[in-house]
Amino acid sequence: MSSDSMTSPFLEVRGVSVTFGGVAALTQVSLDVRPGEVTGLIGPNGAGKTTLFNVISGLQRPDKGEVQLVGRDVTKLGPHRRARLGLARTFQRLELFGSLSARENVQAGLDARRDKGGDLTAQGLLHRVGVQADADRQVSTLPTGEARLVELARALAIDPKLILLDEPCSGLDDHESQLLGGLLRELADEGRAVLIVEHDMPLVLDICDRIIVLDFGQVIATGSPDAIRQDPGVQAAYLGAANDPEAS
Amino acid sequence: MTTFLTFTIIGIVSGSIYAITATGLVVTYTTTGVFNFAHGAVAMFAAFSYWQMTQSWMWPTWLALFLVLFVEAPLLALFVEESYMKRIYGATVVRSLMVSLGLLLILVGVAQTIWQPESRTLPEFFANSNVTIGDVTITYHQIICVIVAIVMAAGLRIYLRQFRSGIAMRAVVDDPDLLAMSGVSPRRVARSGWVLGFFLAALAGVLIGPELQLQGLDINLLTLLVVNGYAAAIVGRLKNLPFTFAGGMLLGLIEAYCIGYLPGHIPAALVSQIGLLTPVIFLFIALMLIPSARLRAVGRLAVARPPRVPTLNQSIRGGVAFVLAAWVVAMLLGGTLLANLTQGLALGIVGLSLVLLTGYAGQVSLCQLTFMGIGAFTMSKVADGGASWWGLIIGVVVCGIVGAVISLPALRLQGLYLALATLAFAQAAFYGFFSNTTFIAEGGAIPVGRLSVPGISLTGDKAYMVFCAVVLALAGIGVLAVRRSTWGRRLVALNDSPAAFATLGMSPTVSKMIVFAASASLAGIGGMLYAGQPLALSALNVQLFVGLELVLFVTIFGIRTVSGAVLGGLAMVLLPYASSQLPWWGIGLAGILAGVGIALMANVPDGILGIPWLTEHVRIPGIAGPSRRTEELADVQ
Ligand SMILES: Nc1ncnc2c1ncn2[C@@H]1O[C@H](COP(=O)(O)OP(=O)(O)OP(=O)(O)O)[C@@H](O)[C@H]1O
Ligand SMILES: [Mg+2]
Repeated sequence: MSSDSMTSPFLEVRGVSVTFGGVAALTQVSLDVRPGEVTGLIGPNGAGKTTLFNVISGLQRPDKGEVQLVGRDVTKLGPHRRARLGLARTFQRLELFGSLSARENVQAGLDARRDKGGDLTAQGLLHRVGVQADADRQVSTLPTGEARLVELARALAIDPKLILLDEPCSGLDDHESQLLGGLLRELADEGRAVLIVEHDMPLVLDICDRIIVLDFGQVIATGSPDAIRQDPGVQAAYLGAANDPEAS
Repeated sequence: MTTFLTFTIIGIVSGSIYAITATGLVVTYTTTGVFNFAHGAVAMFAAFSYWQMTQSWMWPTWLALFLVLFVEAPLLALFVEESYMKRIYGATVVRSLMVSLGLLLILVGVAQTIWQPESRTLPEFFANSNVTIGDVTITYHQIICVIVAIVMAAGLRIYLRQFRSGIAMRAVVDDPDLLAMSGVSPRRVARSGWVLGFFLAALAGVLIGPELQLQGLDINLLTLLVVNGYAAAIVGRLKNLPFTFAGGMLLGLIEAYCIGYLPGHIPAALVSQIGLLTPVIFLFIALMLIPSARLRAVGRLAVARPPRVPTLNQSIRGGVAFVLAAWVVAMLLGGTLLANLTQGLALGIVGLSLVLLTGYAGQVSLCQLTFMGIGAFTMSKVADGGASWWGLIIGVVVCGIVGAVISLPALRLQGLYLALATLAFAQAAFYGFFSNTTFIAEGGAIPVGRLSVPGISLTGDKAYMVFCAVVLALAGIGVLAVRRSTWGRRLVALNDSPAAFATLGMSPTVSKMIVFAASASLAGIGGMLYAGQPLALSALNVQLFVGLELVLFVTIFGIRTVSGAVLGGLAMVLLPYASSQLPWWGIGLAGILAGVGIALMANVPDGILGIPWLTEHVRIPGIAGPSRRTEELADVQ
């Protein structure tokens, strides 16, 4: 199961549980995310993936369990403190600064850094993630796919060591998804940890080093793409449906 | 023991009235999502109507009661729902706040026009009938208040549980989806929410009116008395009716005991203010007990096009043009109008503080005039009733510090609760400080002089007006420079998505605190200049209503633009001036026009300067930042 025990995990989630008014969204979830790897987090709708992202990034306090970044317990830290430790994320339902331009959105990320972004520029980051649109256009007027990429560029602006991506490919066409997949590999090769929630199974199986499967708020499997593909439990819960051409 | 019983009874009686008021607020809020700031004004209107019918026209009590409670209040509610409120369901907190504040000002304006100042009192129900238990006398009126409150609570409970429309109202709160399935239209539920809310407000007004035997019916006082109901509603977290009821009772009792037992233990100067201060402090504490708002990803994109931000060059040119225009006006005018316009310019600076805080950073504040007062007060203390540049600097610092301190508890809160907390602060400062003779000299005026510039005399009114125009222009240029800066981008980002803001590593708390402090300082400068015109600042200048009016006018013109602030400030002085030149019907003009403006705003979220036609055809140079057309935007999700 373990892929590379040489590197110590950047993120460790230990026994996290979250309930919403009696409904268990997450139950005893534990997982590791390592630098240099793309880790996939998959599971059917309502499995608790976004909730887990919120717990990791500090937008949702868990009822139980803890979150560690580089060996440090951050469960009680606010989102901005975690960001300063090198955590960035994007949102399934976009959280852009709607009245700013694409460039300004990314610039806001650069400005948040102590070194004001060093030699990185907003334009350069937008280019890197493949935004085609005019950088001076107000982001709320961009099509979803482009807007998602702007959010990714903004997340990259803080030079994260771990980046959480919540369904980054929705709104992108196949070609754009391919390019994005390539970019994510590149980010991992730079030594960053990437944790991605995505329903596009072929892509996930293609780019991930390791996949974690969540179902009804519980981790039901962890392993390499091949192992996951073969896991009967996973197929029953998820893959069968997602591999269905109708669904993808 | 007798004292205790007496005050307990007084407490239960006013508690009953608070409970009725607060219940009305909560019912409307839960069914429509609109916190009706005009709730008190509705009560006031009902009390005056009731006076009109029973005391002026001498109609029988039962008929007047029937007409006020069952005809006037529901009809008014339906009219308001149809003409204003239906357009703001689901709108941002700031917008729905402004619309209900607008309603408050209209009702006050209309009432001022109909019921010109004179002394009016309402008799108690069954006046002079009472029962005596031991040494304690209880009037029939008091008993009626309590019975009415109990009947209301019981009746409401039955209505919400047994009647179809009542169940539908509950469903809105508990589960909107369920409501949709039940086939009752949300609009109908909203209408019942307004009708019930207005009915309860009117009921409270009719009951509270006769309690004001000493003061007589007073438009502002009645409207504000009901503000006390807010505190009770907060105890119920704006949704729980039994808690709201209990909150009302608790407030009534605490208030009565404070009035009964505190004198002798607190500074004498505060004694007369206990009754006014207690509810405000209660409100503040109730707000502080609310769990702090968590950052949440809401997935809603700010869609409106932001106003165009002029470049530095444009804003300088605009500023120069503005000062030249002010110069010409100053040469042409004199007397009251000149003085008023000068104060309007100073209010424009306070308006700019709102642009920074609310327009850019999205933080609501209803206490900017308090900072204006603190600025003037500090100047007065430092410069000994005159003015000096040191006074300016220290005043700016003091306002900044108070602003930051006030923001600390307020930062935990968002939207509506933040608005209420700043309202409570404004009221507390007003009752405890500005209208308090310990701090402010008898007569309630703070003496303030005019700043002097080497080589130029500002003692003349014309020169002083030009000076104020210069400061306003500089402040405007400064605010626009802030907007273009890194920090300005931060403020806008914070407003658009606090969650994303934090996940980039920026602390929302620190940013909010800084913008609160900066905005308070700016308002303080406005206050010093404002007071410098008549050489004094009176407590009346920093009243809550005046502050609400300013927020409203700036919003009407455009709270995200510098020109909105300038025009808002000028409207604040020009409308009362126009009223004073008009015959009797002019007295409520400002309020009524504010209401008309707000009606307009229900359609144009960005204010008059954001009206598409205007922004396409008129280019206000430099200092203006009209917003471009709000486009239908790509659906994000
Ligand atoms: N704020 C909330 N309040 C109440 N319930 C919530 C809240 N957020 C999530 N839930 C519930 O928790 C469960 C997990 O939701 P979550 O959004 O984490 O799932 P997900 O795996 O991201 O699903 P999807 O693939 O649809 O994005 C769902 O049943 C959802 O309804
Ligand atoms: Mg999700």
